Order: sequence, then C-alpha cells, then structure tokens
Amino acid sequence: MNKIFEAKDINLAGINSSLLEVNIGPQHPSTHGVFRMNAVLDGEVIVSLKPVMGYLHRNHEQIAENMSYAASMPYTDRLDYFNSMSNNLGYALSVEKLAGLEVPERAEYIRVIMAELTRLINHIAVIGFLLNDLGAFFTPVLYAFREREKILDIFEEISGSRMMCNYLRFGGVKRDLSPAILERIRGVVTAFPRFLEEFETLLTKNEILCMRCQNVGVLSPELAVNASITGPLLRASGVNYDIRKVDGYSVYPRFQFKVPLGPKGDVYDRYYVRILEMRESLKILDQALSTIPAGEIMSKKMIPFLKSPRNFKPPVGEAYARVEAPKGELGFYVVSDGTPQPWRYHVRAPSFINLTILEDMCLGQKVADAIIILGSVDIVLGEVDR
Amino acid sequence: MMYFGEGVVKGMMVTLKAFVASYFKGPEDGGLFTVEYPEQRLPEKENFRNFPFLIYDNTPDNLRCVACDICAKECPPKCIYIVREFDKDNKPLKRPAVFNIDHTVCMNCGICEEACPFDAIYMDHNFEIASAERNENLLFRKDKLLKSNEYFHKIRPTDAMAIDERRAAAEAKKKAAEAAAAQKAAAAQAAPKPAALPAEPPKAE
Repeated sequence: MNKIFEAKDINLAGINSSLLEVNIGPQHPSTHGVFRMNAVLDGEVIVSLKPVMGYLHRNHEQIAENMSYAASMPYTDRLDYFNSMSNNLGYALSVEKLAGLEVPERAEYIRVIMAELTRLINHIAVIGFLLNDLGAFFTPVLYAFREREKILDIFEEISGSRMMCNYLRFGGVKRDLSPAILERIRGVVTAFPRFLEEFETLLTKNEILCMRCQNVGVLSPELAVNASITGPLLRASGVNYDIRKVDGYSVYPRFQFKVPLGPKGDVYDRYYVRILEMRESLKILDQALSTIPAGEIMSKKMIPFLKSPRNFKPPVGEAYARVEAPKGELGFYVVSDGTPQPWRYHVRAPSFINLTILEDMCLGQKVADAIIILGSVDIVLGEVDR
Repeated sequence: MMYFGEGVVKGMMVTLKAFVASYFKGPEDGGLFTVEYPEQRLPEKENFRNFPFLIYDNTPDNLRCVACDICAKECPPKCIYIVREFDKDNKPLKRPAVFNIDHTVCMNCGICEEACPFDAIYMDHNFEIASAERNENLLFRKDKLLKSNEYFHKIRPTDAMAIDERRAAAEAKKKAAEAAAAQKAAAAQAAPKPAALPAEPPKAE
C-alpha cells in the first residue's frame, strides 16, 4: 500500500527541487472537520499522504460502557451527526439482537422510512460539499440544503430535534407517526424527484465537473474489497455489496430496489452512484409509505424499561448488528455481562475505515484533486474519531 | 450529441431560473426559502425539545419533583445535581433543596423527561439562552427551572393534556383505593371480633 510515486515524466533537469511537506488541516474548510492530511509534494504531485485523525476523539465507547444501554442512544446521534437516525437504527438492532427482542411491524416500517430519509439528506449534502471542494462555492450546497431542510423539519416534528434525533428505542420507536406527518413525508417523497432532476441538470453533465472528476482518484475493486471499504465508495468501484440486500435486516427484503454500481470507481462515479441511490431510496420510501401497517410501535416487553432504563439487563452474550448507513457499513458490537451496562461496546465506523484508502487514491494526483478525493470519500469527523 | 459547454449553460439556466423565481414566487414554488430570524420566526414544533424545566401545579411551592434522583442517575452526561431537603428534625422531605442543571453539559436528549416517574421534569422550547457569561448564567438553579403547568400547556398542549388526564385518573384511583381501604377498616372495626381475625389487617395507604 505504501508505494512511492516515481516522477519519471517530470523533467527536473536543472531545477533544484526537493520534496515539500504540506499539512492540509486540521482546520481547513475542505477537510470536513478537524482532520489533517500530511501530504508530501513533488511539485504539485502527491508523493505521500498520511491522514492524521483523532482531534475529535470523545471517548464514545468508554462512555457507553459506563452507562445504561438506553443512555448511549443519544450519544450515537453524535457519531455521524448528519444521519442520526441510521446510527440509532444500528445500535437498536444490535441491542435487540443481544436481548432477543421482537419489533412490531409498524415500528420496523417507521425505522426504514427514517433510515431512507437520512440517506437522502446525507447524499444531497455530500454532493453539495463535494461541489464546494471543487470550487462551486456554495450554490449546489444551498440547493441541497433547501431540500434537506424539509426533511429536517419532519425529523423535528416527530423526534423533537433536527439533527440529534434520539428517536429509536430498543423494541420500537419513541413516538408514532400521525397521518398528517405521513402525508408530509409523502409530499417530500413526491416532490424530491423534481429536485433531483434540477440538481442533475445543474451538475451531472457540467463539463467542469466532468473534467475535474472523471478518472480522478480511481479505486480498483480489488483494493476496495481488500481494504474493507463499504458503502457508495465500494459500489462506485463496481462491487455489488449492499447490506440491505446481503443481510436483509429490518423489513428491507420486502421492498423492491436496485443496487446502483459505478463502472470505474473514480470521483465522478461516486457522485453519480449517490444520485442513483437517492432514486432507489425514493422507491423504498414510496413502497414503505403505501404499505405501512397500523399497530403498536413498541414491543410490549420493552415498555416498562422506557421508564427505568437501568433495569434493562440483556442476558450474558455478545451481538454484532450492522446497517447500511449512508456512508457504509455501520456496525455495533455489544457484549453483555448481565449488568445494566455493556461490558464492551464497539462501533465499526464506515468513514473511519473508508479513510484508510485515502493515500492509495491520492498518489500521483495533484493537490487540488486530493481535496475532491477526500470530499468524495464522504467522512464525518464525529464518526471517524468517535 | 452535446456540444462542449452545453452542460454548463444548462446548469446556468437552472440558477437563472431560481434567481428570477426568488423575486416572483413563494417558497413552495422554488422562490425565496430563507426565514429571516430573529425578525421572522418559524412556528414552534410541539415536540421540539431543548432544555429541561421543572413543573409545578398552581404555586411554585407545589412542585411535583420529589427529589428521587432518578433523572440525575439516568442523565447520560450527568448534568443534573439534586440535594434533598430536610426538615428541622433531620427528616427527609419529598422535595429538592437544590436542583441544578448545567446547560453547558446538557445535551437535550430528553431522557430525564422519559425516566421521571412523577411527571415533574419536561423539555422546554426555550432555545435563546446565549449569554456572555458561562458560569452563573448557564447554570440553571431551581428558581430558574421552575415553570408552571399552564406554561407547559401553552408550549406542548397535546402532551400536557394527556399527562393531566393520566394524573387525574391516577389521583381518582388513589382516592378510590383510600376510600375503599377506609371503608374496609371501618367495616372490620364494626364487625364482631371473631369474623375479623382471619382477615389481613388493612394496609395503611
């Protein structure tokens, strides 16, 4: 993985040049948070690039090991703060697996609806920020945020908070969706394709975007699989691996949707795979909204523990549950020793593992391309550093 | 076949359309979307949660909190600090002497509200708490946290109604149980002694 780029084609005769070390970050708008890229440049070409993380380390796992199971639910919101609902879903699934809980049908549907809405939010925001890194300063981001705001309003109405939702509970969800809110979600889902059309007219065939993104930061499928990359990054390289299909957690097997794949694995494919994934998410949302059953939203077994989370003691054992979060495979590993606190709690964060491949994609590229390659990886530092 | 630059031109048309629409259309049809806070405000969502407050019935002395410490134990970042009040004979009273919530620590998760068995603590809508001083102004003491039930009804009518109904039902049930116990006790006293012997002594409520 650590091959050094040989600048054979560059004619350095007569020029007294040496390698230049540049730190991009930790406080730089293109690093999406406090993240540093230690780049070594030969002229403008990247010879080596080391990601340096840990500036936002908050001891999430240790904190979760020292409190009741339910009390770390709000902390999972703060992992990937763009997609708190999918983080909640991953954690809830792992504890439900540990305790062997059944979730009512309606709650499962609500969870799927929420998870897919977060996918829409994440992908439009990521594309907007990618264009920011490309130099289209804030126009695409604001188009994206206009749509995102509508979904965040729905989240605020049902969970009480726009981003830190804390909405899911073990064995169900916190609050039922009223028919009025379901109607509003349907309104967003029916209006979204129009926005996507507009967004695509703005971007997809834009020559500047194509020239900057095509054949930049190519990730081969072999390397992607070997480095255990997941999510849109992996699918853009042409590997058909979607945990919603592979694992079939929650009620995903009931819905018809495709897994979009990219032909080359460059930055442009990552952009376009995300657009296509949003279209598939809309299909899932459409089906879920039209078939959502009536009924309970909390498993009867868990209702008493809502009032007293400290009395919830899963049996001794371990469980790993994973979800297809918008950024990749988000897994929660929980080990119980029969006490109210988890004995071990581990998060498999997709953006952290997707970052490990950054150097291999950047070698031999220009500095400006390293910025957009990082933008296309889609990281959130809350999740990378935990 | 596209000529070079067509994509850029088409993209510019989108922005031009949005620019024109921003003058003539409403937010629903692609016009201006921005709400100019603080002059304009969005309507408050009922379920919106920001910082907890302590609820009291009628007068501030009559607060529902019994200083059981459950919220302080369940609070994930441990931002609640409670000291129980004692009377002159050092007997614990069912009310807090000190109830502090540190706003710099609180993360507005709403777990205190869910865990409270006495319906005493609820999440507020007040989000404008910015202050130039962070020690005294952002440490909310008991007097600053106390808010009336009417206020709760004003900000969250649906929840408040449901909770009031539940509390009224519980109160009525408790009263009925007390009345039944009193009746039973009276009946046990009135009845001749041999008949009362095998029965359990009435439990004091």
